[in-house]
Amino acid sequence: MAEAGAESQTVQDYIVHHLANLTWGRHPDGHWGFAHTPEEAADMGFMAIHVDSMGWSIGLGAAFLLWFRRVGLRASADSPGAIQNFVESVFEFVDNRVTEGFNHQNNLIGPIALTVFVWILLMNAMDLVPVDWITGIAAWIGDRVFGFHHMPFKIVPTTDPNITMGMSLSIFALIIWYSIKHKGLGGFFGELAFHPFGKWMMPFNLMIEIPTLIAKPISLGLRLFGNLYAGELLFLLIAGLLGLYQLPAHFVWAVFHILVVPLQAFVFMMLTIVYLNAAHEPAH
Amino acid sequence: MNINLTIIGQSIAFAVFCWFCLRYVWPLFANVLEERRRTIAEGLEAAAAAEQKLEVASRQSAEQIDEAKTSAAGIIEQANRRATQIVDEAKQQAQVEAERIMVAAQAEIEQEATRAKEELRAQVSVIAVAGAEKILGQAVDRAANEDMLRQLAAEL
Repeated sequence: MAEAGAESQTVQDYIVHHLANLTWGRHPDGHWGFAHTPEEAADMGFMAIHVDSMGWSIGLGAAFLLWFRRVGLRASADSPGAIQNFVESVFEFVDNRVTEGFNHQNNLIGPIALTVFVWILLMNAMDLVPVDWITGIAAWIGDRVFGFHHMPFKIVPTTDPNITMGMSLSIFALIIWYSIKHKGLGGFFGELAFHPFGKWMMPFNLMIEIPTLIAKPISLGLRLFGNLYAGELLFLLIAGLLGLYQLPAHFVWAVFHILVVPLQAFVFMMLTIVYLNAAHEPAH
Repeated sequence: MNINLTIIGQSIAFAVFCWFCLRYVWPLFANVLEERRRTIAEGLEAAAAAEQKLEVASRQSAEQIDEAKTSAAGIIEQANRRATQIVDEAKQQAQVEAERIMVAAQAEIEQEATRAKEELRAQVSVIAVAGAEKILGQAVDRAANEDMLRQLAAEL
């Protein structure tokens, strides 16, 4: 926020800086290191990793699972404490969604749904941390300690399409795996080729069904990314453009965003359950 | 906003986290909820069983009270009958005793009367002799009049 006023930086610089990831990868000349500008990061191509996204993602996921495990190990059936009640209510919420939405026998679906829901919820919730607190501190440390000017540091992993698409493509892999497992290779192909118009219209059917299939992971990942990216961008615009008047505007947008954060986590979880349920349906 | 290795890193993290959740988190809560569900079910079952037991017990106690009432009534009736019987027996015994006492008394009276007669008889000859002596002014020979005296005594 404070940086927005600095004369060395325009609003555009500010936003670009905040939307960039801390990237570590292989430079075009072959050596590995951090990218110091967005251009350098782009030049690295695929052989690069977003250290900030990865770090926050794994950190939040591990924190969630270890915390749940800790609570679970101390859980008692007779006298649950407040924290156990809270964790149990999250668990039951997810478990009920799975029971309602998933009509087959697969012990993996519950844990996937729970992981997806809580993990995404936590990653999204990072959006509610004021945009410059952690980013600013990280940039200051980068500048003073490592001599890394304008070090980018994004704290909301779900504003990184790598993160959301990584999850949605994993789900997609499970969809393909379970489809083939439960429908058979022929059954799975049949669903793509012989619907909706019967086998004489197979090319046309494939033209409809294959994009439908591929649209599932893409829409799943991009929906989450788009919502959170837009939210983050608006926070940045408010921070960059409004000066001192940004506080009430931040508050209003944060209140709206509190709805988006769990909603997107919930949508991702529900679609995961629904897609995997469809993958378990026997071929018809 | 470049697609890069991060997407693979996230996929691996996702797989590991799902596995961890499946292995180390989900069962803990599933077990706790299952255990609680079972405890509640058992509690309700026990309550239903207790209710049934209570019903049986109260029915049994009512039956026992009825039985006790019936037997008490029987005992009272029996006691009444026995009391009447005892009174009757006592009356009968009293009657018998009274008769016996009366018979004994009569016998005693008769005996007494006989004894008095015998004494009188024993004394009548003496009185008769003394009276005759007074009248005659001389001694009467008892042996000579023995027959007459005995006759006199017998007439008494």
